[in-house]
Amino acid sequence: MNKIGKLVNIIIGLSIILILWQVVVLTGRYEASLLPSPLMVLNALKEVISNGSLFTNIQVSLLRFFVGYSSAVILAVVFGLILGWFEKVWAIIDPIVQVLRPISPIAWFPFIVLWLGIGDIPAIAIIFIASFFPVLLSTVSAVKKVDKTYLKVAKNFGMKQYSVLTKIIFPASFPSIVTGLHIALGSAWVFLVAGEMVGVQSGLGFMIIDARNSLRSDLLLAAIINIGVIGLLLDKLVNIFEKWVGKTWGIAQEPERS
Amino acid sequence: MFIKINNASKTYKNNNRDTKSLDNINLTIEKGEFICLLGPSGCGKSTLLNIIAGFDSPTNGEVIIDDKSVKEPSPNYVTIFQNYGLLPWRSVKKNVELGLEVKKISKEEKSKIADEYIELVGLTKFSKHHPSQLSGGMQQRVAIARALAVDPEIIFMDEPFGALDAMTRMNMQDEISNIWEQKKKTIIFVTHDIEEAVFLADRIVIMTPGPGKVKSIINVPMKRKRDRTNEEFLKIRDRVFLEFKMKEEIEIEYSI
Repeated sequence: MNKIGKLVNIIIGLSIILILWQVVVLTGRYEASLLPSPLMVLNALKEVISNGSLFTNIQVSLLRFFVGYSSAVILAVVFGLILGWFEKVWAIIDPIVQVLRPISPIAWFPFIVLWLGIGDIPAIAIIFIASFFPVLLSTVSAVKKVDKTYLKVAKNFGMKQYSVLTKIIFPASFPSIVTGLHIALGSAWVFLVAGEMVGVQSGLGFMIIDARNSLRSDLLLAAIINIGVIGLLLDKLVNIFEKWVGKTWGIAQEPERS
Repeated sequence: MFIKINNASKTYKNNNRDTKSLDNINLTIEKGEFICLLGPSGCGKSTLLNIIAGFDSPTNGEVIIDDKSVKEPSPNYVTIFQNYGLLPWRSVKKNVELGLEVKKISKEEKSKIADEYIELVGLTKFSKHHPSQLSGGMQQRVAIARALAVDPEIIFMDEPFGALDAMTRMNMQDEISNIWEQKKKTIIFVTHDIEEAVFLADRIVIMTPGPGKVKSIINVPMKRKRDRTNEEFLKIRDRVFLEFKMKEEIEIEYSI
């Protein structure tokens, strides 16, 4: 689909939502404090933009997100490469991971606060936990799926284990790892807000709590919209990266084997 | 005697049942020979190649290369696979440099050697391309250049042209024959294509399945730049057909 067509679709979709929203508001069945009108939300948005609080909060949130996400990615990829490579070790670790993985990062929150205190760290830790497992699991499975011919070639040329990991296993599994990064990004962003709802005085999650405490539903919705839009932008960013990887790795254009 | 295979057997365990894949193989190969292992699927020719190359070990017997028993693969004996084994994230040149990276040589030297072998297989124009941008035949040339770049003594080829169309295949056969003449490597080439074997080999090792055995060895005493249509070629081809019982033996009857 061409770009103009896409843009038109986006505009149509947004318009439908806005019109429905406005219609519901116009019926007058809901108080403004329960359902603010689009205009009120726009004004609230203007307010937080002009007093600078929105950008400060976005900045703080993105920083926490970046620190938590990237540290989780680095550790999970390194561990994933090693664990995927040493199958016997993974056989022991795997059951533990399978138990830990389905636990919502939020469940750890009391412990995180007890161990790490309050401030930026708990929010970062939540994001870390949310990103770590998807990346770890996708890395391990990517390593297991590496074409055995590559390993034979490496062995044939007498490559040392470390070189095999860095020159063959890592690049060969990279496209699948990036898919894991993509999934992790989405789930980590979801938990950013949760992580910022307790124990911090800044960030997008705090904006939500703050709006609730001051009974400002217009601000609340403005914050929600921001979280959605930024999440979308982050996703697009990873998408571009993923496409680039696909192209460089020659996946986008499978060779014609005749 | 360069390569000596002594009573090599291979048995696989499958669901508690032993399957004999190779039965008592004996074979000697001289330095610089072009040997084709020819046979239908299941005759153990690829297993035998894997054992000689050190990727697999025989259940009984042993393989000796240069007076040393083969225990593991070595850069001295490079294998070229049917699916090429090229690293898709590396350019042609970087792929050819792969084997050189293990050796302690300078960047310039690596680059020079890689260029030389890329030129040998006629891909100079494509050295910055990635494998996915090349045709199957070109990809296999890259694999050949990569194998030659480490200057091995032996090259093992496991049905290397199996995935190519008939025309490309013949071109590649010409090319590998030329390269063999130029570089004087020992080549052990697995194939199930009778014409390919007759075109390439100094000696054809004919293998039969159930369990894999060497049935016979046929000498191909033809000069290089072989003509696939001349009489001598067809005669040898017929002999191979006979070995596989794919042709009736015609008794010539004389009557007056």
